[in-house]
Amino acid sequence: MTKKLPPEFYQMLEEIQANDFVIVELNLYLDTHPNDFEAIQQFNDASLKSMEMKIEFEKRFGPLMHFGKSFSNYPWDWIDTPWPWQV
Amino acid sequence: MWYYEKKLQYPVKVRECNPRLAKFLIEQYGGADGELAAALRYLNQRYTIPDKVIGLLNDIGTEEFAHLEMIATMVYKLTKDATPEQIKAAGLGDHYVNHDSALFYSNASGVPFTATYIQAKGDPIADLYEDIAAEEKARATYQWIIDLSDDPDLNDGLKYLREREIVHSLRFREAVEILKEERDKKQFY
Amino acid sequence: MFTQFKYWKPYVSPFDPCKPIRVKSYSTPPQLYIPFQPPGLPQYPTARQALHCGTLWPDLFSPYPNPEKKGK
Repeated sequence: MTKKLPPEFYQMLEEIQANDFVIVELNLYLDTHPNDFEAIQQFNDASLKSMEMKIEFEKRFGPLMHFGKSFSNYPWDWIDTPWPWQV
Repeated sequence: MWYYEKKLQYPVKVRECNPRLAKFLIEQYGGADGELAAALRYLNQRYTIPDKVIGLLNDIGTEEFAHLEMIATMVYKLTKDATPEQIKAAGLGDHYVNHDSALFYSNASGVPFTATYIQAKGDPIADLYEDIAAEEKARATYQWIIDLSDDPDLNDGLKYLREREIVHSLRFREAVEILKEERDKKQFY
Repeated sequence: MFTQFKYWKPYVSPFDPCKPIRVKSYSTPPQLYIPFQPPGLPQYPTARQALHCGTLWPDLFSPYPNPEKKGK
């Protein structure tokens, strides 16, 4: 099935990818620098921002996660395309 | 356990159908220094490495699966809707006969993935040095693929993956320093 | 000075059949010179820039191919 995605899909997704990337970088850094207070603050701030961004994204484009980490619309929309490699 | 998130770690783009590049990329899918070998190596080492660095192995191992998915996406896009003639011209004829356009965990020459790629010596220093070497070898492989590729969009994603090898290598080097336990003590000598 | 590529001149024999490459290069990225990342390194100004560079810290960034296009 072909579903044309609006440009906002790609914009919002890339913003999430960018913020989540900062989280991954800080996470690995903190794994070897567990006492860096400022980095922990930045990590926590970015994690909160990630949750907020994903709530907005999921309202429009369906769940990003399975197994109870995202809510579903009706009908069950986890199984909807596109999958990440199809985007 | 793990949760799946329905997004790539990095926005992968490919400019044109090019099965020949897909053939090269398979090296990083099911090759000795590929993303699958890396993920399995680090996650497996978690069980015997000292507690202080388990978290790092856990997290880098997890990130490697995100990179495996990026490689799979590149291969998928480079080969999607390619004709049997295009597949054959790309040197993927033998692959096509066996697997059609399905992905298969092998290296660029078609050698199937094997558990012997996953080193586990049980000695923390030996294992971390192995991990550093694995990251440097994966970095080199990305360099050689970039050298062979003329697709700027694909290369954008490959440069990202190469940089991740560099950051992982640094973190493993830091893990060695942590296990040496001399880093913070030096000033007292 | 810190550079991300090093150069060397391999021995060339008069009987080498391929056209000789006079200068060869190899990559020496930043992790080789940072034994332990110091806290508070400057970061890229935006998350998007960090994503596109593949790291949060410009000091860890390694360009490829060699921007100076020297050697092979």
